[in-house]
Amino acid sequence: MENRAIFSGRLLPYLLILPQLAVSLIFFYWPAVQALQQSFLVQDAFGLSTEFVWFENYVELFKRPEYYQAIGVTFVFSALVAFFSLTLGLLLAAMANRNIAGVQVYRTFLIIPYAVAPAVASVLFIFMFQPGLGMIARAMQRNGIDWNPVLNGTQAMILVVIIAVWNQISYNFLFFLAGLQAIPKSVIEAAAIDGAKPMRRFWTIIFPLLSPTTFFLIVINITYVFFNTLGIIDTATGGGPNGATQTLVYKVFQDGKVGTDLGGSAAQSVILMVIVVALTAFQFRYVEKKVHY
Amino acid sequence: MVEHRRFGNLLPHLVLLAGVAIVAFPVYLAVIASTHDNTVIANGQMPLYPGSHGLETYWSTIVSGTGKTTRAPVGGMMLNSLIMAIGIAVGKIAISIISAYAIVFFSFPFRMTAFWTIFITLMLPVEVRIFPTYKITSDLHMLDSYAGLILPLIASATATLLFRQFFMTVPKELVEASKIDGAGPVRFFFDTLLPLSVTNIAALFVILFIYGWNQYLWPLLITTRDDMQTIVIGIKKIIDVHDALTEWQVAMATAVLAMLPPVAVVVLMQRLFVKGLIETEK
Amino acid sequence: MANVALRDVRKTYPGGFEAIKGIDFDVGDGKFCVLVGPSGCGKSTLLRMVAGLETITGGEIDIGGRIVNQIEPAERDIAMVFQNYALYPHMSVYNNMAYGLRNRGMPGPEIESRVQEAARILEIGPMLERKPGQLSGGQRQRVAMGRAIVRQPKVFLFDEPLSNLDAKLRIAMRVEIRKLQRRLGTTSIYVTHDQLEAMTLADILVVMNGGHVEQIGNPLDIYQKPATTFVASFIGAPPMNLLPLRSDEIKSQIESGGHGAGEAGLLGIRPEDFVITSETVAGGVALNLTVEAIERVGAETFIYGSRRNETQGVAATPGELPPGEVIVRIPGAVAPAIGERIRAAAPREKLHLFSADGRKRIEL
Repeated sequence: MENRAIFSGRLLPYLLILPQLAVSLIFFYWPAVQALQQSFLVQDAFGLSTEFVWFENYVELFKRPEYYQAIGVTFVFSALVAFFSLTLGLLLAAMANRNIAGVQVYRTFLIIPYAVAPAVASVLFIFMFQPGLGMIARAMQRNGIDWNPVLNGTQAMILVVIIAVWNQISYNFLFFLAGLQAIPKSVIEAAAIDGAKPMRRFWTIIFPLLSPTTFFLIVINITYVFFNTLGIIDTATGGGPNGATQTLVYKVFQDGKVGTDLGGSAAQSVILMVIVVALTAFQFRYVEKKVHY
Repeated sequence: MVEHRRFGNLLPHLVLLAGVAIVAFPVYLAVIASTHDNTVIANGQMPLYPGSHGLETYWSTIVSGTGKTTRAPVGGMMLNSLIMAIGIAVGKIAISIISAYAIVFFSFPFRMTAFWTIFITLMLPVEVRIFPTYKITSDLHMLDSYAGLILPLIASATATLLFRQFFMTVPKELVEASKIDGAGPVRFFFDTLLPLSVTNIAALFVILFIYGWNQYLWPLLITTRDDMQTIVIGIKKIIDVHDALTEWQVAMATAVLAMLPPVAVVVLMQRLFVKGLIETEK
Repeated sequence: MANVALRDVRKTYPGGFEAIKGIDFDVGDGKFCVLVGPSGCGKSTLLRMVAGLETITGGEIDIGGRIVNQIEPAERDIAMVFQNYALYPHMSVYNNMAYGLRNRGMPGPEIESRVQEAARILEIGPMLERKPGQLSGGQRQRVAMGRAIVRQPKVFLFDEPLSNLDAKLRIAMRVEIRKLQRRLGTTSIYVTHDQLEAMTLADILVVMNGGHVEQIGNPLDIYQKPATTFVASFIGAPPMNLLPLRSDEIKSQIESGGHGAGEAGLLGIRPEDFVITSETVAGGVALNLTVEAIERVGAETFIYGSRRNETQGVAATPGELPPGEVIVRIPGAVAPAIGERIRAAAPREKLHLFSADGRKRIEL
């Protein structure tokens, strides 16, 4: 690197990075390599012999409709959560940015959902939406809506989306708020003098200047849905009914628990790894651009 | 600004209040439910104000377990969660800060290789390497143990990146002055660098504590013994029982207990939390 | 007609702090008015009140015959150049200038012609497709002015637009702004903390301090006849020497020329009004100084001298001379040596007398 002040030391630096490298190698790289390896193998029914089959496991995956369904579910789930959670987060941040009294109090409340584990959030909402018992479920029954996420796939999806959106509001709110506060006040004032009313200012000046934050949050929300919603799905719907809420990661989990197709499960993991790498690369390349001031 | 907005200052308050209502209602409901009797809840007749069974519910939940659903006292589960969360937070911070220190303040062969090796771990959360990691943990005889709960989850680079970024802003004159004053790398670390990093460490601790406390998938897989359950997993087991048998007031009490520490930490250390959140993502 | 009138304008913040304490003045159509004063005197606040960016607690602001207190900034027909330019970072230079016109529904071709004309005047034609991030400080400043010009408003407002430029560029831009304003003939109000900028730009100079006006007038008048010691030491660099009129020696010198000093408590003499001489100056004041320091700037030299036996002076505040020290300016580079005793004399007509609290000018 360019201009650093450094200490001399032959052994010390290696000692310092050893713990992290050790943990990374044992619990990260080794499993990743194993997954990769396993994805190219097929075991027989008794687990006695293994056979190297190139990409057959992958091909098999893409032949099965459940895999496509999982892709679709993940895609829809991500899109819905991203859209609603970002919109709500932005709306709340825009209001909180208006220099009104008591902003600290509002903010304190609004960051609570972040601290709640997805699985616990799920339990809170199950309590409200449980057919026959939950307040909201009964209110819906009273009004003629046939609410039963155990049987109705769309309703199951709606339920998990609601839970996930609730869980992510804080994150989006905080980042949007930071993004809004980073916009120099004078630019807004200049726009006001230039004849732009509040709504016009928002769409022509504020929203465009917020776009790095927005893109960043879209990636984060997608990552959240991909990887952090396992607790929600497991407690709320178990992936059902009929795979209606089974995301790609949940599918890996369920297939792995059953344990018969290790190769297929490993192949799924590898595919997910590729997706994450792509998402992360995308984030670092395109999202980390700074706005010029 | 002289501005004529249609609803004046009312609109932001209305929207924010609505937001707070949405955010707080589920939590509020859980607290209320934990103070009522199960039959009232199961009949769908639970009112919106607290009931009178709170004390006994919490007592039995935390201390004695209720046999039917929790199988183990939730108090024990909270302890497990606490150990895991603190272990993960402290573990991550400890190994990351010394790694970042090595990478920024030393020059050695394969320095950048080491950095990239660590950096790449960013890209794969535990959910993606779940089964192979399980097998390895099992092979190392770490199932149903605190080590097994904690170690595999500290293999991530966010903290290292944060510390590296921060260390790079430390003016090199500080290091040079230290050297002239006769301080070696270890002295510099403890006397100068660490005190400078306190805010970052605290902010990171908040984030990582919550991350650790709220873990789901990993504890679910590697702990089977009742006395090793974390509270987040404990809740799942409570709900897993069929509806008719679910003791909702216990479930809700457990949920409240599961939420309490992380929410308390976030609310009380708000500033640090927000700082930590924003810094780890840049 | 686009004159600006301020009548007993006040601003008090919710916490009780009174930032503007009752200000009155008029800026005639086409005139260049400069608000000058130290940090915190309220000049920017006042400008922003004229712009509509701050609310007015009391009094009236009148633009072109219309009271604008309740009118939003966009409706006041004003344009503003901000200290940090406040350009829209995500828009090209062209769109930065066109934005205000588009918001008002102006047709495309007319926008095009106005923007091109402004670009021509400010010589930023080649940059129209670039974004602000790709421009230098001086270029951004011109774009900021371009954005103001295309609007053809009744009033231009400038909030310390040159503060972020380096010294050389600042001087060049100062002249450009003045020429531009003359050419366009638009009434302008300009805020700065730099007294030199104020002197060179203003038709009407408003010296502010602590939320009120110390003096208003033509720059040269203010320079030659400052109304208070604040104005006297703020305008003109190096600052006017202020000496307490306690010692009889000085008082008798003044009296010997006619009227005595009367109730005056402070005597002010500008450094350039001294002459180093041993001749008598009837009715003027002569001081015996020991040279303590010399600053040669090429065309002139500043001599810092101390008066013997001077024990007390004007209260020491930051930016003022230590008690007993006097600055004398002489042309050229030939100067006395350090430690030398010199005699600096100022003629009667160059003496400024003030009341002891510095708030009132007393005519000799």
